[in-house]
Amino acid sequence: MSTPDYRLSQLETLEAESIHVIREVAAELERPVLLFSGGKDSIVMLELARKAFAPARIPFPVMHVDTGLNFPDVLEFRDKRVAELGVQLIVASVPDAMARGLVKEEPNGSRNRIQTPVLLDAVEEHGFTALFGGARRDEDKARAKERVFSFRDEFGQWDPKNQRPELWDLYNGRIHLGESIRVFPLSNWTELDIWQYIAREQIAIPPLYLAQEREVVERQGMLYAVNDFIRPRDGEQPFRATVRYRTVGDANLTAAVRSEATTVEEVIAEIAVTRMTERGATRGDDKVSDAAMEDRKKEGYF
Amino acid sequence: MAPDTNTAVPLDADGAVDVHSPVAEHAVELATARKDIVRIATAGSVDDGKSTLIGRLLYDSKAIFEDQYEAVARASKGDHVDLALLTDGLRAEREQGITIDVAYRYFTTPRRTFILADTPGHVQYTRNMVTGASTADLAIVLVDARKGMVEQSRRHAFLASLLRVPHLVVAVNKMDLVGWSQEVFDGIADEFSAFAAKLSVPDLTLVPISALHGDNVVTHSTNTPWYEGPTLLHHLEHVHVASDRNLTDARFPVQYVVRPQTEEHHDYRGYAGTVASGVFRVGDEVTVLPSGLPATVAGIDGPRGPVAEAFPPMAVTLRLADDLDVSRGDLIGKPENAPTATQDLDALVCWMAEEPLRPRQRIAVKHTTRTVRAMVKELAYRLDVNTLHRDRDATELGLNDIGRVRLRVTQPLFVDDYTRNRVTGRFILVDEASNATVGAGMLTPAG
Repeated sequence: MSTPDYRLSQLETLEAESIHVIREVAAELERPVLLFSGGKDSIVMLELARKAFAPARIPFPVMHVDTGLNFPDVLEFRDKRVAELGVQLIVASVPDAMARGLVKEEPNGSRNRIQTPVLLDAVEEHGFTALFGGARRDEDKARAKERVFSFRDEFGQWDPKNQRPELWDLYNGRIHLGESIRVFPLSNWTELDIWQYIAREQIAIPPLYLAQEREVVERQGMLYAVNDFIRPRDGEQPFRATVRYRTVGDANLTAAVRSEATTVEEVIAEIAVTRMTERGATRGDDKVSDAAMEDRKKEGYF
Repeated sequence: MAPDTNTAVPLDADGAVDVHSPVAEHAVELATARKDIVRIATAGSVDDGKSTLIGRLLYDSKAIFEDQYEAVARASKGDHVDLALLTDGLRAEREQGITIDVAYRYFTTPRRTFILADTPGHVQYTRNMVTGASTADLAIVLVDARKGMVEQSRRHAFLASLLRVPHLVVAVNKMDLVGWSQEVFDGIADEFSAFAAKLSVPDLTLVPISALHGDNVVTHSTNTPWYEGPTLLHHLEHVHVASDRNLTDARFPVQYVVRPQTEEHHDYRGYAGTVASGVFRVGDEVTVLPSGLPATVAGIDGPRGPVAEAFPPMAVTLRLADDLDVSRGDLIGKPENAPTATQDLDALVCWMAEEPLRPRQRIAVKHTTRTVRAMVKELAYRLDVNTLHRDRDATELGLNDIGRVRLRVTQPLFVDDYTRNRVTGRFILVDEASNATVGAGMLTPAG
């Protein structure tokens, strides 16, 4: 790690910055929680939290907003990782919230929007004042405008035109009762940084991220693996293809990409040459409009 | 419109990327090489072609993906692709054709990784420029060659110098619209250099460019044979940023106390934080402030376990051989080189709230990991950013005003001058009622 010229590499710099942010939240905000889905970004974020407090345990719980549409592999990974670290897992369940009438299924079957009220409900129930999210600014142009400490009012809303100035690394975590801060320790990481860090630190990931032959259908130019949530529709001819997932969202909405990458190193090679953004290539939910992410964020989404 | 320089990636028979092709291997080599991160802030209005310049840098460095490019191509009016649309992220920005808030962009070249804070140019959004420039190694100020240096250019250059951004680049844009005139460029260069001399800008570079056509952005232009300097990207890739850090004055603000309280680590007590400046080594004699008590560094734990030394901006945990009472907000330094412990802060303050700053006002100050209450004792003067005139009769600082302020704080802070130490010389001001961040302060020598 130490170098004669006292310089950190790009990954070490990003790592240090993220650890600083995570520690600052633990020091200043009363009840933080880390959003952990078992996806690659939240896996890296959780690993950084572990490093921030080692050899002590992570001093806050993790939470998963479970839409009920998750890949079983990813849930299994989530539970295993949480057990290894000895942290408390809180599951905010969208199906439970539907059962008690908090939210209703949308006609298109997407639970992307209705997970926001479920998240906000859990935040209120547990009195969380800071929520760590694994969002990165390179993912989307609305996310490119996010602060590291993003203030949210008592309705969890983001007001992009009136954000707190964020100077240097002096983060302002002061809030009134009911308000909260969304914290994005991975703000300055890119998709490639995440993968390089996973490789460098040998961090375990769910097998979905690596290429495997799967039964797929083609829908609007994207390949969806056939599973409990994706059934072939009339006129769709399932076929076998070698694919991997670049992002892991809801199983009914997340497409796979053709790939031969069976190791993290090969995934890095593919990403280094790919010409599509990860969300553009794999997310049905972001295709609604140019401002889909901005609108969801204003409603309290991450 | 420049031709599409993006290299075609070989696909195998099934349409997957061929990761073993020479193109892919080369891309991986470039992408995974050990690089420095350089942080850039850009300032200028939409009319100066700032968004187009950023779009050009991103596009020519292949940081734009096909689906992003296609979306922009669809949205472009007229017969060329409007690269400016790549950077305006909010609905209101696209509708009004303005930039509202700082947006962060990422691009990588074979030599470096860049984090670019794209800041709005409007006067009313100065606070966002300060936000973007606060962490920057280098600032790019855009000037329209037809208009030359305007009030906004002065303001941007001044803010960059106020925040001690070590390197300033003036991109003189739209050179195509002044017939690539050396005379126009030299005139702007002279005027800017004269202004910069008053600001103590340590490193100033001017580049004649056309963001729209790409001249002197990534490749040298044949239209400016009289210009012998680097292209903009070449300058960004080679500017010497390593020496901008302070490796002399050891400062470690304690951020968090790590106490596992488990059987395995029963006696472990570590002080977590980010090295602000200087170098700490195992075995060093240190002093803990405010107690002033001496201690020895018994160990340094980094993200991957024990390390022999720590330097900025490493996030580490220091273990001390001595059993002292150390908590968040304390500062670990060296006995022969201590910061100033003081309750009186003299600083240049950039005010960012509608409600003005006035003497006798109470306010919260966050400095490193220490937050204290303060009273505004005195407003020495308000600075006119255009003329650099000091108005000593000013009674308040309004939104976007900059002035010299004296604060008295409730507990000592451990400070250095901002010019010497960007970490221990800075603070933010927070309104205790609204909790909003309302000001940025840079400590200056008293007098």
